[in-house]
Amino acid sequence: MAQRKSEEKRMKKPQVIIFSGYGLNTEDETKTAFEMAGATADIVHINDIIARPAILKKAQIIVFPGGFSYGDDTGSGKAYGNRLKHHLGKELEEFLSRDTLMLGICNGFQIITSAGILPGALIANDPTPQDGGRAGSARYICRWVDLEIKGESPWLKGIKTISVPIAHGEGKYYVPKETLEKIKSEGAIALQYFGGETSKHLNLPANPNGSLENIAGITGYGGRVLGLMPHPERAVRFTQLPHWTYLRESYIRQGAPLPQEGPGLQIFKNAVRYFD
Amino acid sequence: MTHRISVTSNIPDSRAQNYLRTLRELFPKSGLSAASLLQVYTIDADLSASELREAAERLTNPITERFSTTQIPAPDSYSCAIEIGFLAGVTDNVGHTARQTIEDCIGREFAEGESVYSSYILFLTGEITSEIAQSMARELYNPLIERATVFSGVQKDFPIVVPKVKLASSEASVAEVNLNVDAAELEKLGKEGIKDSSGVRRGPLSLSLKQLQVIQNHFSKRKRNPTDIELESLAQTWSEHCKHTIFADPLDEIKEGIYRKYIKGATGKIRKEKAKKPVRGTASNGPGDFCVSVFTDNSGAIAFDDRYLVTHKVETHNSPSALDPFGGSVTAIVGVNRDTLGFGLGAKPIVNVYGFCVADPNDTTALYRYSERKQPLLPARRILEGVVRGINAGGNQSGIPTALGFLAVDPSYRGKPLIYGGTIGLIPRKSPSGSRGRPRKLYEKRAQAGDYIVMVGGRVGADGIHGATFSSESLSSGSPATAVQIGDPITQKKLSDAIIREARDAGLYSSITDNGAGGLSGAVGEMAKESGGPSPRRSGLRPREGGCIVDLSTVPLKYPGLAPWQIWLSESQERMTLAVPKKNWTALKKIFDRHNVEATRIGTFTNSGRCIVKFGKEKVMDMEMSFLHDGRPIEVQKSKKPARVNSEPPAAARSSDLSESLLKMLARPNIGSISFISEQYDHEVQGSSVTKPLEGKGRVNADSAVLQPLPDTNRGIVLAHGYCPWYSGIDTYAMAAASIDTAIRNAVCAGASRDYLAILDNFCWSSSNTPERLYELKESARACFDIATAYGTPFISGKDSMFNDFRGFTEDGKKIQISAQPTLLISALGVIPDVTKAMTIDFKQAGDLIYLVGETNDELGASEYFAMLGEEKGNLVPIVDAKKNARIYDALSRAISGKGHTHILENVRMFGCVASAISLGRGGLGVALAKSCVAGQLGASVNLKNIPGDAKQDDSILFSESQGRVLVSVRAGHEKEFENIVRKLPFVKIGTTTDNSNLTLSIGRQYADISVYELTQAYKSFFKNW
Repeated sequence: MAQRKSEEKRMKKPQVIIFSGYGLNTEDETKTAFEMAGATADIVHINDIIARPAILKKAQIIVFPGGFSYGDDTGSGKAYGNRLKHHLGKELEEFLSRDTLMLGICNGFQIITSAGILPGALIANDPTPQDGGRAGSARYICRWVDLEIKGESPWLKGIKTISVPIAHGEGKYYVPKETLEKIKSEGAIALQYFGGETSKHLNLPANPNGSLENIAGITGYGGRVLGLMPHPERAVRFTQLPHWTYLRESYIRQGAPLPQEGPGLQIFKNAVRYFD
Repeated sequence: MTHRISVTSNIPDSRAQNYLRTLRELFPKSGLSAASLLQVYTIDADLSASELREAAERLTNPITERFSTTQIPAPDSYSCAIEIGFLAGVTDNVGHTARQTIEDCIGREFAEGESVYSSYILFLTGEITSEIAQSMARELYNPLIERATVFSGVQKDFPIVVPKVKLASSEASVAEVNLNVDAAELEKLGKEGIKDSSGVRRGPLSLSLKQLQVIQNHFSKRKRNPTDIELESLAQTWSEHCKHTIFADPLDEIKEGIYRKYIKGATGKIRKEKAKKPVRGTASNGPGDFCVSVFTDNSGAIAFDDRYLVTHKVETHNSPSALDPFGGSVTAIVGVNRDTLGFGLGAKPIVNVYGFCVADPNDTTALYRYSERKQPLLPARRILEGVVRGINAGGNQSGIPTALGFLAVDPSYRGKPLIYGGTIGLIPRKSPSGSRGRPRKLYEKRAQAGDYIVMVGGRVGADGIHGATFSSESLSSGSPATAVQIGDPITQKKLSDAIIREARDAGLYSSITDNGAGGLSGAVGEMAKESGGPSPRRSGLRPREGGCIVDLSTVPLKYPGLAPWQIWLSESQERMTLAVPKKNWTALKKIFDRHNVEATRIGTFTNSGRCIVKFGKEKVMDMEMSFLHDGRPIEVQKSKKPARVNSEPPAAARSSDLSESLLKMLARPNIGSISFISEQYDHEVQGSSVTKPLEGKGRVNADSAVLQPLPDTNRGIVLAHGYCPWYSGIDTYAMAAASIDTAIRNAVCAGASRDYLAILDNFCWSSSNTPERLYELKESARACFDIATAYGTPFISGKDSMFNDFRGFTEDGKKIQISAQPTLLISALGVIPDVTKAMTIDFKQAGDLIYLVGETNDELGASEYFAMLGEEKGNLVPIVDAKKNARIYDALSRAISGKGHTHILENVRMFGCVASAISLGRGGLGVALAKSCVAGQLGASVNLKNIPGDAKQDDSILFSESQGRVLVSVRAGHEKEFENIVRKLPFVKIGTTTDNSNLTLSIGRQYADISVYELTQAYKSFFKNW
């Protein structure tokens, strides 16, 4: 009986497919984050999905993880996005026509904008002078940022602000004016950089890359598709925080136990809860 | 048919702005006002008009870019245009991706010879004469790998350039090399290489006369001359780069050579002792000997836990980085990644580390390879920029976190920079069982006779030919330009995925190694040693020596026309060689196909004892394995103690204001922030980062890193570096001892424990064939033995690069030699049971107690402080007392981990009593105090009287670099616990942390009061605008 119950529970776990191949590289930690949140996740090479697209039918969640597909060589996400659109365009449309979730993290976000699933483009970092940038200081940057949650999305339920790391060279979100108005009115702006806990602690500018309107992530398909430059999967444990040894001192002095989880985990828990 | 697609941005383009800013800084008088950028894809392939259009659409982001297939969409007005592309045959990653995109779009692969070439055009507006435009171009391109075309004024037309490789087909043959010549001719052959049919020498074999005479003798016995490929193979296999002859051969009374006696000898002794006494209840929680695979494989490996091993390897890539800093350093890092993939049956790369030893980037002295100002060396600034960018590309694109690194600046690195790249790997002890066959040890491998030789990864071109023999020579006018290879991280990432995610655990191959130095000749030659077997029982025969038979005509090439010897020796990157049992070939090939990685059978391993290479039907090489690997004559080396006199800085120079001195020290590149590097390297990927490259609120560069490689266990690894090359100017024994001490101290301050710590050695020497340098080498190796055995920290892997010299000319035509100061990098790798105990350097809260543990002696010799004062090095170099220091480090480990605490509070037992710990290194106590304040953005009030040790002068107390010292802040209220742990050691409570934002110091009669803001500004000043 006990065994039967646990099997039932297992059956309920949402199935996640994480795309890989051609230089995507954060599939392992993304899988870990989903598993910590209670999902079942498989990493599948894009070529294997092209060969057997039917496997997408079993999935509730599709993830395009971070990485450096095709080395960003002709523009980040472009080549992978093309391959996706060309070979799996129809299947992805079918997938999204069901009550499913999709996530694009960093390079994955660049890929799904390139493939036209979300609007806009991610271009070379260009932090503004008021954010400590100098004209043309385009460069890859790895640091922590703070995000304010805007808009409605199953991915972001119950979250007001969140701190997570970024690591990208082309993360400046750009859309033409008309489109910007449109996504604003649709409430598609999901995440905006703001001067929160980690940027204040580390004395860093809020907006790391010059993104239009501080946009760090957007949603589509009524919030079911989330694309974001920051990496919540790298913020699932307390000891991943940039200032955890500083925080630890306060916990120790108060005689309080150290937290286990990091802030990013909530996003993955939300996704799992969506299918409860 | 040649087509051209050009893509340009519709919106402000920060990359163009980047060029604008850089060029404005370099050419302030050029009146530069605007820059725009255009990406060009030159397609040398048959495409229909509609295919071309579709390809262009795919290469363009419709929201931000526009394209043209008919013309160059130049801006309406500009003063000049500069087009920069690659030279023929140079790795062109952008062109390669564009080709894949187009192939995917048109649904067919390009025909042989068809290709896509990338270039970019920069349009500039300003008062730019064609002369200035030429100078600007020189700042933007590297003539060894790139071409630049400068167009003055608005152009009607931009000519299409197709940099296709055309090799004279006459070269694609095998030549006999006549060895029946006199000694002078033999020597010339060794120095300048084999003559081509046209009479041009191919570049150095780096074989000595003695070695060539052994070869001469070998072939004369067989009544024939060697082929060019045989001779090139011998040169490659016997090279200093591959055989480490200087470390291996007898030196003075040390018959077994300094490597066996001092390095391997230390590890042997330590392992024996550790095996005797299992460690009780300390970090390792297991047998004392944690070494699993040392000095035998591509990396060294120690136990991580019951399931996994952790591997480490550090390499250098100095000579190529001098020529092409970007390509050289990409290759340094992706190359050492393959030493991880090539460990056992394949470890997963989980961390990268780096180190750059360069000249001051503000040094603008011009140097030339040839007289009359021909072939200038790249400026120091461009070398640093290039190598920084290289690790950025190589590490970030591979998805491997770069957790730790350093920058060391010294004028002696102006000729050849030292570029270190290291990779830590993780490998399960056993492969999974079940459907994939029975589990096997993954850290052992052995090619079997009958296995296919399979080359996987990229294709072969003329890149990097003579790399191994070249790096055994000093950098001079004879340095071959083809010695440069450029890595392609994405091809390697695909290769890595295919191996680590699938092929390894499916058990489809019996051995694997990296195609590094010497390319196929090195990889196949080494693996062919495995495929022999023990001697048949009682047969009385020698053990079988393995062997191989290879057909080079089956090797996939980047372009036609390569001669067999070039294919055999090419160091084209992203390739590995596998030994694949015949029955597994189809399954293996399928995996690589699915990952879009080329895998090709090129031969078979045998146990014939011969290395046989064919080109089609023609046999081009047939040599005994024993001669190839062990035929090298042993050189007897003699050393001589150098006579050295160093003077002391004049007393007057030392009487300066201490606050001012401290601020000036923080502003020096050897001490100040290199956050511009740390921030552009992804250290968060893989989700394993525990302590960051920049620690604390003030983001101060750390000398250690802690990572948690597996999500399901808190067990962690600690990495740290130690380097003190400046001390070589006084005493290389002290230099090596301090380097080891520093690495261990840095690791312990981050939470590691001495009983679970291994180290790696990387020697970068210069002029190593002189008796004086050999003496210095011997002394440093002796220190390695003494200090490593005293600490019980075994060497698990190492590497050396012996000729970091430059011979060339100055601006006014004078001959000049620049030799890198003897440099030893020690890399530490430790395992800790719980990453939540990891320690950082930043002061945490006001009111904590600051302690200095260890003795501060009058040891300013070759210190950063003396370097700041002037030329005089002084003589009192820091001396390591390992026995004393070991007690300090063990006490600190206990204080950090809480292990052994009897305190009533559970939190103290759990988390010790230490809030921050920093190792005293370059710049001594003053710098360590300042860094802890800057990192914590907290003040401190300290009194530096009663400091243990013999340092008496104020500046000596503040800046002496005495080893074995740590600066610790102890949680307020826990002084007793801490003092109880250190009570038998030299220690002093020097003060408290404060929230008044000032560092207040009193030493003797001097009193200094510096704001943390000022300290922070000084610390971040040197590379502020980088």
